[in-house]
Amino acid sequence: MIHIFQNYWGTLLYGLGQTLLCSILALVFSLILGTFFALLEESPSKVARGIARVYIEIFRNIPLLVITMFFYVVFPLYVIKMNGFTAGTIGLTLYTSAFIAETVRAGIQSVDSGQMEGARANGLSFWQAMRHIILPQAFRYVIPPLGNQFVNLVKNSSTLAFVGGFDLMYQGNVIASSSLETIAAYSAVGVLYLVITMPISYYMRYLEKRLA
Amino acid sequence: MLQNFIDAYSPDNLRYLFGGLGITILVSVVSIIGSFIIGSILGVIRYVKIKYFSAIVGFIIDVIRNLPLILILFFTYFGLPNLGVKPEIIPAAILAMTIFESTMLAEIVRSGIQAVDSGQMEGARANGLTYWQGLWHIVLPQAMVKMIPAIVSQFISLVKDTSLATIILLPEMLYRSQIIYGQNTNYIIPMFVAIALMYFVVCYCLSVLARYLEKRQA
Repeated sequence: MIHIFQNYWGTLLYGLGQTLLCSILALVFSLILGTFFALLEESPSKVARGIARVYIEIFRNIPLLVITMFFYVVFPLYVIKMNGFTAGTIGLTLYTSAFIAETVRAGIQSVDSGQMEGARANGLSFWQAMRHIILPQAFRYVIPPLGNQFVNLVKNSSTLAFVGGFDLMYQGNVIASSSLETIAAYSAVGVLYLVITMPISYYMRYLEKRLA
Repeated sequence: MLQNFIDAYSPDNLRYLFGGLGITILVSVVSIIGSFIIGSILGVIRYVKIKYFSAIVGFIIDVIRNLPLILILFFTYFGLPNLGVKPEIIPAAILAMTIFESTMLAEIVRSGIQAVDSGQMEGARANGLTYWQGLWHIVLPQAMVKMIPAIVSQFISLVKDTSLATIILLPEMLYRSQIIYGQNTNYIIPMFVAIALMYFVVCYCLSVLARYLEKRQA
C-alpha cells in the first residue's frame, strides 16, 4: 500500500481534491436549499408546505445514483451539456438537501414554541422571527447531525466515479487497473477517505455528548 | 414523446425491468436480514464494553462506517479474487451490503440500548437476573421498540444503495434500464421515469411504515 502512495501520489491527491471540492460545494448548496425547504415546511402557507413535502419525499426516496445519472445522461441530451463533476455535484446537492431539510426542520421544532410567540408578540413578522430568533437557536442543535451529513456527503461523492468525475474513487479504479494491485489500491483510497471522515464523525460524536 | 413511452414500455422491456426489481429486492432482503442479525450482535458487543474486544470491534465498526459503500463493493468483488476467493456478482453485492449496513445498524443498536433508562438494568439485577439476562429480557426489548424507526430508515437507504452495485454489474433495475436505453436513445426518459418510480414506490412505502411506527411509539 505504501508504494501505491509513492507511485501515484499525484493521482491520489488530485482525486482527494476533487472529492473535497465536490463535497464542500454540495454541502454549501444543499445547506441553502435544505434550509429553504425546511422553512417552507414550517411556513403557515399550505401550498408552500405541500411543495416542500413533495420535494423532500422525491429526493429522499430515489437513489442518489439515479439522480446523478439523470443529470449526466438526460440533461446533455435535452437541456445543457455538463461534465461528470458538475452532474455529480448537482445530484449530490439535490439528494443531500432533502436530508438537510429534515434535519433543520427537526432543529426548528426543537426550539421552544414560546420563542416564536414572544417574537410575534413583539411585532416581528413570521419570517423575521424565523430569521432572527428561531434559526440561530435551531442551528446549535443541528450542528452534530449536519456534521454527520457531511460525512455522508464525502462518502456519497464516490458516485462521481460512475460519471467520470475524477474523484478519489475514480482515481482508485484507475490505479487498481493500471497497477493490477486491487487490494493495495483500494486500501490506499480507503485510507484517504478515512482521513477526512473519521475525524469529523468522532468530533460530532463528542459534540453530541456535550450537548446532551 | 408519448410514442417513445409506449415503445419503451413494451412487455419484454417491462419484464426485464421488473426482473431487475426482483434482484434489487432479493439483494435488499437478504442484506437486511443479515445486517440486522450481525448489526445487533455488534451493537451489543460495543455496548457491553468487554475489555479490549469491544474497543477493537468498535474501531472496526467506525472504520467501515466511514468508508463509501462503493469501495466495499470493490473490495468484495475485485479485491477478494486477489486473495483466492472469487465470489459471483450477487453474493459479492450481498456480502458488501451486509458488511456495510451491519456497522450502520450496530451504531443504531448501541445508541438505542444507551437510551434505555439505567434504572431498568439496576432493577433487573436487584431482582436476581444476571447481567446478560437483564440485557436480553429487560433492556433489549425496550431498546428495540425505540430503535425501530431508525432501523427502518436505514433499510430505506439500503434499498437505495443497492443501485450502487451496478458498478460491479449487478443486473438490478438501474443496470437493466441502462441496457434498454443503450439500444435506443429515445427510451432514456421513459427508463428514468420507470426506475425512479419503482424505487420511489418501494422506498416511500417503507418511509410511511417508519413514520407510522414512530407515531405509534410516541
